[in-house]
Amino acid sequence: MSKILVAKKISKVYNSGSKSLSVLKDINFELEAGQSLSIIGPSGSGKTTLLGLCAGLDKPTSGELILCGETINNKTENEKAELRNAKVGFIFQNFQLIPTLTALENVMIPLELLGRSEAKTVSKDLLGRVGLGERMDHYPSQLSGGEQQRVSIARAFSNTPQILFADEPTGNLDEETGLSIETLLFDLNKEEKTTLVIVTHDMELAMKTDRKIRLKGGRIISDEYSSIDHSIEAGQ
Amino acid sequence: MFMSSIILGIMALVAINSFNYNLVKDIDAQTKSVLGADIMVEGNKPLPEHLQVYLDSIAEDQASQFEFFSMSYIPSTEGTQFTRIKAIDGGFPYYGNLVTDPPQSKDSYKVENTALVDDALMFEHELTVGDSIRLGKQMYAIGGRLMSSFGSVSLGAGFAPSVYISQESLTETELIQPGSLVEYKYFVKTPEGFDREKWDNSAERMKPFREQSFRVRTVEDQKRSLNRAFSFLNSFLNLVALVALLLGCIGVASSVFIYIKSKIPSIAVLRCLGMKGNQAFLVYFLQIMVLGFIGVLIGAALGSLLQVVLPILLKDVLPYEVKLSISWKAIFQGLTIGTLVTGLFALVPLLAIRLVSPLRTLRSSFDEDLAPKDPLKWMAYIGIVLSLFLFLFTLTGELRTAGLFTAGLLAAFLLLYLLSNLMMWAVKKFFPSGWSFVFRQGLANLYRPNNQTRTLIVSIGLGTAILTILFIIQGLILSNVNSMDAGNQPNMILYGIESEQVDDISKLTESKDMPVVQKVPIVTMKLAGWKGKTKEEWIRDTTRRAERWVMHREARVTYRDTLESDEPIVAGEFIGVANPGDSIFISLDKSWAESLDVWLGDELVWNVQGALITTYVSSIREIEFRSMRTRFFILFPNGVLEEAPQFHVLVTKSPNNQVMGEYRRAVVKAYPNVSVVDLGSILATLSDILSKISYVIKFMAGFSILTGLIVLISSLLLSKYQRIRESVLLRTIGAKSHQILKINAIEYAILGSLSALTGILIAIVGSYLIATSELDLEFNIDWLPIVAIFVFIVSLTVMIGLFNTKEVLQRSPLEVLRKEVG
Repeated sequence: MSKILVAKKISKVYNSGSKSLSVLKDINFELEAGQSLSIIGPSGSGKTTLLGLCAGLDKPTSGELILCGETINNKTENEKAELRNAKVGFIFQNFQLIPTLTALENVMIPLELLGRSEAKTVSKDLLGRVGLGERMDHYPSQLSGGEQQRVSIARAFSNTPQILFADEPTGNLDEETGLSIETLLFDLNKEEKTTLVIVTHDMELAMKTDRKIRLKGGRIISDEYSSIDHSIEAGQ
Repeated sequence: MFMSSIILGIMALVAINSFNYNLVKDIDAQTKSVLGADIMVEGNKPLPEHLQVYLDSIAEDQASQFEFFSMSYIPSTEGTQFTRIKAIDGGFPYYGNLVTDPPQSKDSYKVENTALVDDALMFEHELTVGDSIRLGKQMYAIGGRLMSSFGSVSLGAGFAPSVYISQESLTETELIQPGSLVEYKYFVKTPEGFDREKWDNSAERMKPFREQSFRVRTVEDQKRSLNRAFSFLNSFLNLVALVALLLGCIGVASSVFIYIKSKIPSIAVLRCLGMKGNQAFLVYFLQIMVLGFIGVLIGAALGSLLQVVLPILLKDVLPYEVKLSISWKAIFQGLTIGTLVTGLFALVPLLAIRLVSPLRTLRSSFDEDLAPKDPLKWMAYIGIVLSLFLFLFTLTGELRTAGLFTAGLLAAFLLLYLLSNLMMWAVKKFFPSGWSFVFRQGLANLYRPNNQTRTLIVSIGLGTAILTILFIIQGLILSNVNSMDAGNQPNMILYGIESEQVDDISKLTESKDMPVVQKVPIVTMKLAGWKGKTKEEWIRDTTRRAERWVMHREARVTYRDTLESDEPIVAGEFIGVANPGDSIFISLDKSWAESLDVWLGDELVWNVQGALITTYVSSIREIEFRSMRTRFFILFPNGVLEEAPQFHVLVTKSPNNQVMGEYRRAVVKAYPNVSVVDLGSILATLSDILSKISYVIKFMAGFSILTGLIVLISSLLLSKYQRIRESVLLRTIGAKSHQILKINAIEYAILGSLSALTGILIAIVGSYLIATSELDLEFNIDWLPIVAIFVFIVSLTVMIGLFNTKEVLQRSPLEVLRKEVG
């Protein structure tokens, strides 16, 4: 299997006035295409920062990141945007739907940006698959949290991404809705053969992924494979 | 943004009002020195003896001045100059000063028979004290340089500089001939305790003067007339202040709206914790009012400082220097109005706080915070309209003007509002589904929820309309004046020509290859009666509708058998010849006829130098005053006035300054009684003065423009919070910079174009109405500045819109996402 995400000696330092805060230190890992990975750890351990760096939403202070075979450290924002548009999908804890667009329009955006003429058909199909076929013309504020996250999932899969990043996808949802979202996410992941990177607090959700990376104080303290009978301790 | 809007608006208001109050105060303080005496009696003939006896009875001291225009000749340079001659007798001026160099010459010229000559004239002809100047047939030594005189505005002095001589020497000049246009002024200094006001208001005492066509002016009269003269300037400056204040108010509402929008989550939390809607409202209302009051204070302070600049800018159009002092009245007015409008305009967005639901802490919604049916909000709107009306009423003192202006603003507001709705409907209805994503996204932003279409179109449109009206009106005033100078217009007028000189002067004119454009005889006469009653009977008639000025003014009449092209007949028939024994049919100007309340067929009796002539109105003309020709309200036919005492006016055009100079010298040398008026130099002076006025207009309009820009920026920032979130999300999903920029540029370009275009259309209609109904100007538009305004507004809108987006493009999506969204 090919490597879809490679992180080499990644660190991230935020400067605030004269003080600097080291959020991530010496992060190294590789992720095979088609795998599902969860990044877990306590609040403030650097999970979301790591996800943002891996997805090219932010720049590391040092180290090298290779996403979908391309080194993204020195790419411009536009080049990274192009890469995200073509090969990456996102799901956020607070859904991040564009409030002024309907559910259908939100799902269509990645395809519209790619200039795909079948944007509407594909998006309608996806919304149908996530159970929102009847609510395509509703605005986000007219949808419940679970429904908004379904739209978000449909949007994330609309451009058939090679890799999908999800930041606490069930964090804002009740248990039942959360479960249905998880099922939907993993089903679509299986169908589309997408690599999945999930940041979560939820151990049950993490247990469903192929691999778990645990962060603490900005460092990887464990890296475990669920389906393979061995574990790699951090630093080894 | 909030503070700048208030500060600029109040600064303009206080600066302008302070200046106005100081002007009025100075007019009060300096009127005596402008008039130079307590009472002035003026007419165009010497004062009859019985009136002189009457003046003797009330005067402590008296003086007189015979004033007329004439050419003066400067032997040292062989130059000529059109001058205003003032022949003085007595100790005038009693108040105010003639400033001369040397100082003692202001008195000595009367005894030594020398002349005091205007500094500008001496400078232009390189004259010094002791040189000579010839007035008519009399040569004068220049006794002093006249540095400044009272009561003369630079405008007049510019084309006819003054020369003071003694009355005693006037006869020697032989400049005053029968038919000469001379103003005879008699100055009276009244003794201590004399009640001028009572005397002035006594119709009985005025009557003998009016019967003899003399005007009487007292210091109180002068105050009123100076106030009237500057009322236009006041009105214009008030309008500018109002515009700045209005734009400032829109700025206040917009910026409070932005502020409250950013505070809604906190308000929702406070509501959740048990704070009542009204309590939450009060918290922010007090905060805004305190900030607003600080802004108003700063604005008032800066405005008081700024009014230092106004008198400097206006010094050439004012008859005297306006002294600088702090106007507490203007400051108080600024503070009151500022606080009131800040409160009212901030109230509209602030009232929404009461309706912020605590549910917002759990779920955000985009359409609940602006409840359209909040009755208090409508009351705030009504309050705004009423306060606008009251403010306009206090400015103009006229219910009609205040009502019309308020209605005009409301109409413009409604039109823009309706248009924005129409545009949203049209874009949605006829949405071009086949266009590319960025175009569709940009267009769709115009009608999607939380769009800023209405706010931006109304605020940018109103701002553009008000600024464009200022530009158009200013351009109209200037172009109407300049059109007088255009093309083949005559540029010289000779007047005071005696009948026997007419042919010789015509020949002289033609010998210089100059055309005799017009040669007009003028007969002076007075109205003796009309419609079967004598003038005296009419004066006693309380039901009369004729205006006083038409009844009393000496009429300058001409006669001819043809009509000019610029005086079309609007009623009746022109009869150009009267045979002996026939009834005499005359033609009247429409406005003159209306002022006397006469029309076709009415009888008018004229006193022509003692002889009574009965005439009938056979036609009414509408005279167009747009070219440099002589025009007459009253036109007699040929065959009536040929033998009456008369003088002539000749209108010609010189091809260049050299010919003009030679011609002028030749005329003055051979015919000292004839005055040559160089219209070109008058126009140059006028245009110079107008350019100064236009500078002042631009300077003051600058306030409005600056406030307008702030409003524009604050309106556009309103949309920032919405668009930035969308742009960041688009960026995260994979939109490139140029796609985001294009989406925003399309949205703002459409908004900017539509609002600027509508604003300009409103301005064109508005300025047409103002120009034709209020200013009586010919309406035409210079499109270049209008196009420039359009391009400027659209570019500014797009630039500010894109500037909002820049933040998204320069920083990493995660950073902005966490800050703006998370």
